[in-house]
Amino acid sequence: MLPEALNASLQEKISSAEHPRELVVDVMLDLQDHYGYLSDEALEAAASLLDLTPLEVEELATFYTFIYREPVGKYVIHVCDSVVCWMDGYESVQDHLCAKLGIKMGETTADGLFTLLPVCCIGYCDRSPAILINRNVYGPMTPEKLDDILEKLRTEAG
Amino acid sequence: MYPQVLFKNRKPDRIASMEEYRENGGYEAMANVLKNFSYKDVRKLMLDANLLGRGGAAFPAGRKVMTVADDAPFPRYLVCNADEMEPGTFKDRVLIHADPHMLIEGMIIEGYSARAEKGIIFIRPEYESAARILDREIEIAKAAGYLGKNILDSGYDFDIVVHRSGGRYICGEVTAQLKALEGKRPNPKQPPPYATEKGLWGQPTVIQNVETLVCIPHIIRNGAEWFRNLALTETGAGTKIFCVSGKVNRPGCYELPMGIRLSDIIETHAGGMREGAQFKACLPGGASTAFLTPEFYDIEMDFETLKKAGHRLGTGAIMVFDHKTCLVAATLNLTEFFARESCGWCTPCREGFPYLRDLLWRIESGQGQEEYVSTIKQMCHHLWNAYCAFAPGGIAPIESLLAYFKDEVEAHIREKRCPFK
Repeated sequence: MLPEALNASLQEKISSAEHPRELVVDVMLDLQDHYGYLSDEALEAAASLLDLTPLEVEELATFYTFIYREPVGKYVIHVCDSVVCWMDGYESVQDHLCAKLGIKMGETTADGLFTLLPVCCIGYCDRSPAILINRNVYGPMTPEKLDDILEKLRTEAG
Repeated sequence: MYPQVLFKNRKPDRIASMEEYRENGGYEAMANVLKNFSYKDVRKLMLDANLLGRGGAAFPAGRKVMTVADDAPFPRYLVCNADEMEPGTFKDRVLIHADPHMLIEGMIIEGYSARAEKGIIFIRPEYESAARILDREIEIAKAAGYLGKNILDSGYDFDIVVHRSGGRYICGEVTAQLKALEGKRPNPKQPPPYATEKGLWGQPTVIQNVETLVCIPHIIRNGAEWFRNLALTETGAGTKIFCVSGKVNRPGCYELPMGIRLSDIIETHAGGMREGAQFKACLPGGASTAFLTPEFYDIEMDFETLKKAGHRLGTGAIMVFDHKTCLVAATLNLTEFFARESCGWCTPCREGFPYLRDLLWRIESGQGQEEYVSTIKQMCHHLWNAYCAFAPGGIAPIESLLAYFKDEVEAHIREKRCPFK
């Protein structure tokens, strides 16, 4: 069940929209923020709020990079692996993160803190190699900077 | 130093506020248009100014709006394409972070010329900070009476909302973007009908790129001739934001006259090649353009001159490769991008890119066979049959690799390894 406050705020957003369906990505993102990912329950909630079938929501959820249909960590780290970051050595950034966190790309750490995912060009080619953490950009990255950031996030998470 | 028009108010660490934008003449063009121009005057001025779409396709902005028929139904929409996902491109992000009110003013004027009542900014999720800036500054513009009902007592109503995407490259394609806005799976759709006839929710819709829209207030203020004269070439018009990245000393966004020489951009503005690096090639306008070889090092960077040379200016995102960079590996990386980002709707694109990626991967890892080269060429040829412009764009680097760097490809096959490793 959706918490009442979230349900009410989504209902309000939807009722003020001329075409409720245009809000489907916003609704999925809001639900994802609440559940941590777009769970089956969240997907069905999105469908019923917008008067769509779960399948109509699913074909969007599986299409977009920033909608997660599986559980992810508190911090989702996207490593840009497109051509400019490739030229500037994204592979060493990726290898360092995998080694430090003890996971492969696409996996989440056992403590549920970090998920590593590849991402296509994020438009920060002037700061390559660049990464996103929960959609905030960091770059240019070096192993030392990565260590600092991971340490800070661990402290922040308590 | 060349005139800074779009970056006039750019600051090193923060956006220009509405007050700062106004101090430098901001919103005067809009006030002038609403008072003294008919919507047709604006259209004609954009056509006379030779303002070409900066999103990559270089379609004349004035002509696009003119395809909205006089008797076309209402409501009409203006969509600002801020879904900047062409690899190597980051000018729209920098423009929004520099001077958001320039975009808002440009949208109001363009909206007026289309007689649209609603503007939508479609923005990629990686640009959440830009989306927040826009959300906030739109409210500020609204409070100042520049947006909403009866703007400056002109009788013209216009509002702007920000639409956040879930993030996919194909959403930058016009028809896909409209479907995304309607909450449908964003596979492209072949026209007709064109968006200006039946676009968003079946209504007339004009879509323009961020950089195109921010040029508009300046053209209104200074005239079409002034805008054309900003360019160094006869065929060009205006300034261009070049995003330079790769093996240069100062990667970044530079506002320079259209038609400036590539060598000048790299050496004077981007700080030259990094130490020990020699220019080998660049992609002049994103991942969907062909490699430019050293013989084009002095080419004038303008839509027309590149077209004449068999190339495309695209988004003006210049990615510079040096002599130590393997272009087979670079092309493999670019092809991986297209394989991953293909929307999957049509067979040539969905199946073709993974196939090409596999062949390039084999060549790069020393498993290439001579006959792969002709197979790659043939597959590229098939990809011209794909449903939208994604695939013909995606094969541009591959075809140019085979055309200009054949020796490098053959060396991989002959030596059964990557000669750069």
